[in-house]
Amino acid sequence: MIVFEKPKALADVPFHYCPGCTHGIIHRLVAEAIDELGVEGKTIGIAPVGCSVLAYNYFACDMIEASHGRAPAVATGVKRALPESVVFTYQGDGDLASIGLCETVSTAARGENITVIFINNAIYGMTGGQMAPTSLIGQVTQTSPYGRDPASQGYPIKVCELLATLDAPAYLERVTVNNVKNVRIAKRAIKKAFQNQVEGKGFSLVEVLSTCPTNWGMTPQKALEWIDEAMIPEYPLGVYRDKEA
Amino acid sequence: MKEKVLMKGNEAIAEAAILAGCRHYFGYPITPQTEVAAYMAKKMPKIGGTFLQAESEIAAINMVYGVASTGKPSMTSSSSPGISLKCEGISYLAGADLPALIVDVQRGGPGLGGIQPSQSDYFLATRGPGHGDFHVLVFAPASVQEMADLTGRALHLAWKYRMPAMLLADGTMGQMMEPVELPEEHEAFGTDNPWAAVGTGMKRPHNIINSLELSPERLEEKNVERFERYAEIEKNECAWEEYRMEDAEICIVSYGITARISRNAIVAARAEGIKVGMIRPITLWPFPAEPLLAAADKVDSFLCVELNMGQMKDDLELAIRCRKPVDLCYRVGGMIPTSDEVLDHIRALAEGGR
Repeated sequence: MIVFEKPKALADVPFHYCPGCTHGIIHRLVAEAIDELGVEGKTIGIAPVGCSVLAYNYFACDMIEASHGRAPAVATGVKRALPESVVFTYQGDGDLASIGLCETVSTAARGENITVIFINNAIYGMTGGQMAPTSLIGQVTQTSPYGRDPASQGYPIKVCELLATLDAPAYLERVTVNNVKNVRIAKRAIKKAFQNQVEGKGFSLVEVLSTCPTNWGMTPQKALEWIDEAMIPEYPLGVYRDKEA
Repeated sequence: MKEKVLMKGNEAIAEAAILAGCRHYFGYPITPQTEVAAYMAKKMPKIGGTFLQAESEIAAINMVYGVASTGKPSMTSSSSPGISLKCEGISYLAGADLPALIVDVQRGGPGLGGIQPSQSDYFLATRGPGHGDFHVLVFAPASVQEMADLTGRALHLAWKYRMPAMLLADGTMGQMMEPVELPEEHEAFGTDNPWAAVGTGMKRPHNIINSLELSPERLEEKNVERFERYAEIEKNECAWEEYRMEDAEICIVSYGITARISRNAIVAARAEGIKVGMIRPITLWPFPAEPLLAAADKVDSFLCVELNMGQMKDDLELAIRCRKPVDLCYRVGGMIPTSDEVLDHIRALAEGGR
């Protein structure tokens, strides 16, 4: 009896992600949602610029690589051209909350019927660990070597809270994947964000607190603990909008 | 004869794009091209198409990138400062080998510049608008009729060669009204594109629309392949019009609104016995170098007439391999020369005074 296998919506390609990075888990959850809803054949994914830039190789559905921050605009074009398709973007914090914040807010405000998977690991991973819009106060990065100082570098951007001020979004939830229980909650949220689109409910975004052991300078185990100790207090988990509820 | 309708240049672009099969328009308001968006906003919802006022020029070109990724025709329009913002997206379209139509109804610059007509985006358009080694097809209409005709041509050639195309008009062309014979409605195109991201249907391996290539060997190959395609285009797609060149001693080279003004000046100069003609490039990239080089053997000099500080003059001198002197007649900043100003230049050249 098969009790565990690779989701079909994941291509048979090894990930390039660092040891202990939780991108792999989140990719898997997205692929499981696509499998379970049976929509792989009509799904089009949009990869960002950042660590998950190569996501176009990892998902088995048709994929589009967008320029930095523009995935929601590209997704809008795809969805308007092919309303029956299932369109998702997979974006990091620099992509979604910094350079692409305008596209994020405007796409959410239009209630575009797409699914956004937002990976918040509080750092720019691909370029080697610079301060992100979501870096925590006091967080040491390559470009905040003395710790993020709000006097000159401002405060973290809380995407779910920000988007919850808009009328249009159908579903906003923040989850994490740092233990088995949280992975199960994240799975349910991601699947719901896809299900909403299939049912035509409108803009759904799941923010996933993710780890970056390499650039945080931590062991994978310590990074998982840091989510509980530092990230969740700043970014409370939970549902910020659910039009059904 | 087909019925003619009186239309603004900007409206002619919009209607011609629809007739050519374009059903997706994304734009952001900017003078002097907003009539394109206004026309699309009225018409698209009635024909099952998309009109979307994007949050920015950057978003608009990326929405076009999204539609283009599905293999369907789409377009955006703007004016000079907005085109600067779109350049990133145009580079990505070129890098991912995606077709799209970008309309630039030029105004004076640089910076915020002004809102009066200009041709000062010539460099931007013809040198590859954005980072990297690439070209876009560039068309320069000189009448409202050509606004309509070249819109359709630009869309179709963009799909034929899988690259962005730009209609490089100016504020005069956009705002002026003329009778226009609208083109025939085309069959919808862009429906069968094996490369497009439309969903695998679980029937084929996944398609990837992408401009990233981390292997320098492969990226070099891709650039070289693209330029092989460009060489084909330079061979096949150059368009130009010759006027009174049969015995010309002076050859005016001009496009768009200044070509029309030059035409009046040529009529006046001919009445004075000056043998002057014109070669009017209709495509600015590919640039019609061949007829210009051929003319260089016959004429004594060239006169470049433009609404910029002589951006096309470089291309002209390269095309004729500097065999004959090239003079420049220009106005900039939204100013437009009168045909008398052009005539004065012609007279001076005829007298050998310049």
